[in-house]
Amino acid sequence: MSHVIVAEELGKTYRSGGRPLTVLQGVNLQVADEERLAILGPSGSGKTTLLGLLAGLDTPTTGRVVLNGQDLSLLSEDERAAFRARNVGFVFQSFHLLPSLTARENVLVPLELLGDGSGRERRERAGRLLERVGLGDRMDHYPLQLSGGEQQRVALARAFSTRPRILFADEPTGNLDQDTGATVIDLLDELNQEARTTLVMVTHDPALAQRTPRVIRLAGGHLVSDESSAPVGPTA
Amino acid sequence: MNRFPLLLARWESRHSLSRVGVYMLSISLGVASLVAVRSFRADVSRSIEQEAQVLMGADLRLSSRRPFPDSVHSVVDSLRAAGHESATMVTAASMVLAPASGNVRLLQVRGVEDGWPFYGEVNTTPAGRWGMLQADEALVDPAVMTQLRLEPGDTIRVGASSFHVAGTVRDLPTDLGFQAAVAPRVYVSREALDATGIIGFGSIARYETFLVIAEPTDRSILDDRYQAAFRAAQVGFETAEEQADDLTEAVGFLGRYLGLVGLGALLLGGIGVGSAIHVFVKERLTEVAVLRCIGARQASVFTSYLLQAAGLGLLGAVVGAVAGVGLQQLLPGLLSSSLPVAVDPQVSWSTVGGGVGMGVWVALIFALLPLLSIRDVPPLRALRHGLEPARRRLDPVRAGAVGLAALSVALLAILEAPSVPEGLGFAMALAVTTGLLGGAGKGLASLARRLDLRRAPYSLRQGVSNLFRPRNQTVSVTLALGFGAFVVGTVLLTRTNLTRELSFQEVEGQPNLLLFDIQSDQRDGVVAMLPPAARSQAEVTSLVPARLTAINGVPRAQFSSLPDELRPAGWAVRRDYRHTFRWELSEGETLVAGAWWDEAPAVDSAVARISVEADLASELKVGLGDRLTWDVSGVPVESEIVSLRTVDWGRFQTNFFVVFEPGSLDAAPSTYVILARMEGAEGRARFQRDLVESYPNVSVLDLTRLQETVDGILARVTQAIAVLALFAAVAGILVLAGALASSRHQRLQEGALLRTLGARRTQILAILFAEYLALGVLATLAGLVLALLASGLLVSQGFQIEFIPDYRVLLAIWAGVSALTLTTGLLGSRDLLRRPPLPILRGE
Repeated sequence: MSHVIVAEELGKTYRSGGRPLTVLQGVNLQVADEERLAILGPSGSGKTTLLGLLAGLDTPTTGRVVLNGQDLSLLSEDERAAFRARNVGFVFQSFHLLPSLTARENVLVPLELLGDGSGRERRERAGRLLERVGLGDRMDHYPLQLSGGEQQRVALARAFSTRPRILFADEPTGNLDQDTGATVIDLLDELNQEARTTLVMVTHDPALAQRTPRVIRLAGGHLVSDESSAPVGPTA
Repeated sequence: MNRFPLLLARWESRHSLSRVGVYMLSISLGVASLVAVRSFRADVSRSIEQEAQVLMGADLRLSSRRPFPDSVHSVVDSLRAAGHESATMVTAASMVLAPASGNVRLLQVRGVEDGWPFYGEVNTTPAGRWGMLQADEALVDPAVMTQLRLEPGDTIRVGASSFHVAGTVRDLPTDLGFQAAVAPRVYVSREALDATGIIGFGSIARYETFLVIAEPTDRSILDDRYQAAFRAAQVGFETAEEQADDLTEAVGFLGRYLGLVGLGALLLGGIGVGSAIHVFVKERLTEVAVLRCIGARQASVFTSYLLQAAGLGLLGAVVGAVAGVGLQQLLPGLLSSSLPVAVDPQVSWSTVGGGVGMGVWVALIFALLPLLSIRDVPPLRALRHGLEPARRRLDPVRAGAVGLAALSVALLAILEAPSVPEGLGFAMALAVTTGLLGGAGKGLASLARRLDLRRAPYSLRQGVSNLFRPRNQTVSVTLALGFGAFVVGTVLLTRTNLTRELSFQEVEGQPNLLLFDIQSDQRDGVVAMLPPAARSQAEVTSLVPARLTAINGVPRAQFSSLPDELRPAGWAVRRDYRHTFRWELSEGETLVAGAWWDEAPAVDSAVARISVEADLASELKVGLGDRLTWDVSGVPVESEIVSLRTVDWGRFQTNFFVVFEPGSLDAAPSTYVILARMEGAEGRARFQRDLVESYPNVSVLDLTRLQETVDGILARVTQAIAVLALFAAVAGILVLAGALASSRHQRLQEGALLRTLGARRTQILAILFAEYLALGVLATLAGLVLALLASGLLVSQGFQIEFIPDYRVLLAIWAGVSALTLTTGLLGSRDLLRRPPLPILRGE
């Protein structure tokens, strides 16, 4: 079986108030292609740090990350960004849409960064994705004119726009009420299965974590459990 | 090239325009003034060149301080014989009396021969009187009518003659605008001037002959052929083109100084842009992190924001250029009275392009530094809010950007300044001022942090703490306001000192009348006319006109072949000297070398002993023991320097470059000046009237009248100064308004939060009041302290006069700028008080 994410002896130590502060230590992890995985843990357990390291947003103090066969430690900051543009999608807790861009323009950003296809093809793809997430009539609206749930749906369209191999989601329902959160997470599941993307989702919500076949738990910067509730692979 | 940066810039520009657009207006102000000044300068120069002949009224002018010698007359006669038209004009200062009103003034009287000006029209009221004057008619400048309280048709007395005032000269095309106002003139025919008898021995007069020589080649042939003869006779030779070139140069010089003011406004705008981009970038850190997260390279994001800055700079510059062109169209009308020619404004696209280019460049170099911090935004910030960009210890790119900014400012200053050293000096002064004001801003923030306000009311504490909260604009606002206060303060303090120095306050016991052009046979009569009190105190001095003909036996014709260290300065050789002789040093003179003569006769009685003013001696490259030969009314007089002295030229007394020992010049033809003091304006006026009746050729300078002229000139200078000060103030206020606009979002949030927590509007108003008052008062203070230093240096070192700070002026600026800051701040924050808190908190 091929692994799209391999983490070896991953550790991160910050200096805080002049003293070293270890927030993650000795994490080993392998994620198979198209696998769906939740990282569960209380605040301060190191989940966001782990997500950041896996996505190449930060560099580990110890160990290394191999993403889609590429050792991230061999890449420069800009090369990691270019790698992310082609291979990785993101969904954030606070949606993080660019406030000065319309919904369609927000979805277009990763497509433009990649630069594949013609401008018209890109616009059409962005339009299709927004229709897919139910916002076909809100394409020219700005983030401020959309509700939280709608903003997160735009963020989903943006994340899937480049057909990434891996999707990282950081508390994707953390800023939404229960019903809206459920709608968004259903949509995330659907899109994920359609695109056959590997999903790594950080959450502190056990119920949300149960929706993925594999759950790893972090506590105090250590990986404390790695449970699979179903065979690896998409559930559908 | 990846089109992403351009695309993102286009998408984001809608937003950034509303956030930092106001700042771009400060670029507009600078570009507008640069474009207007440069275009107008080009317009005036072009008009001067086109109107060169009209400005002289001829193709060529010969001029001298004394009547032309026969050699020059014969040249003019031969040209006349060859068919070239010519006309002469003599100008002399003389007392002019209006018998009807009893007023008497020292005025310029011009005897003009028919024909001049050969080019251009002279407008008179009533029309068509120029060139039609009878022997007993005169035309006058409008200022003469007011000064002498004349009515049309009145009679004036000039010397021995009376003239009917036939009209006023409204527009003499050869005039440099303000001449008629500062030194108003009376025009009579050439023959009539001679008949007045005001030009006698030693009189100060100017002799000019105007010629029509249409072919430029003829003019240069004439110049080549007679150059030596003209020079020997001390007759000036100037073509209309040369005069136009001199004028153009003077206009260009003045224009460049004004250009520096425009550049100052532009750079101030640059500081505003830098400050706005700084806040803009801080607000966008998370967005940048998100872009980096989803795969944008550092360079892409950086380029996108740089493109936005360039785009906004371009917009600001274009708005400025349009305003500048508009101003250019208005200037000829506004300044018509001060311009030598009618100016026809023409849009110069190269000037507009240059102005826009400078605007965009300044916006870019000042935006570059804050934009550089985009490079250091970690993508992780998208996950961890508040993660600050890591600061680099050694950053060659940042150092390069600082260097580029410094180099650009220096280059722009050199481009605009009249000369390279002045440009560099301007750039240095700007750097020092900016550095000091920036330091003052930082100091202000740090002082606010340290103030112990625990017992102060809440509003004051909150307002003061706003000065050092994150994303505060204390430094940039201090820079802008301080710079404005600095310019206004320096200009006004320098002005008050110059005004004081130039004002001839009547000092008890000091002379207030200067009588000159008194002939030898008139001396005793004039003294006898003085009232007894004045007579006993009057100081009578003889003046002997003389020219320098040789130094240590070397005739002046050979001076030009002397080595540098011995060659005397041209002006010191050419000038007409007026010597005197006396036994004592006068007050205000100090001996610095040699010894003053005593009554013992000189060893060699054929050589007169003289004392030379120290600066003149160094200009002539002579010292003690050197011999100077003078031409005194055609008689050679040999002299030897036995002492050097310094002279306080500022004293109201008769001062001399060269003083002879008594006995050596006694027999030489001389005129006299008398310094006297007479109490009461009425008595002085009556004395002057009586004097004109008896001795029409004698002129009187009344100090109080002189003061009026000086005040007139100062009033004009003050107008220009007011415009400069206004520019500085407007630029400062624009930057302040921009600073408010760019931090408006944060302020609205804070205000809404405070109001939600129960703050009353008056409390929020009090917080804002405290903040802006502190900012205005302290920033202005910093600028004024610098102004005090700068004007002190300028006045004492540059103008070499005593510097006395006028604290009332400083206080007025302090109060004015502080009040303006407070008003702008409160006006800019009125949303905070007006809008309900909920929509703000919900981000609507």
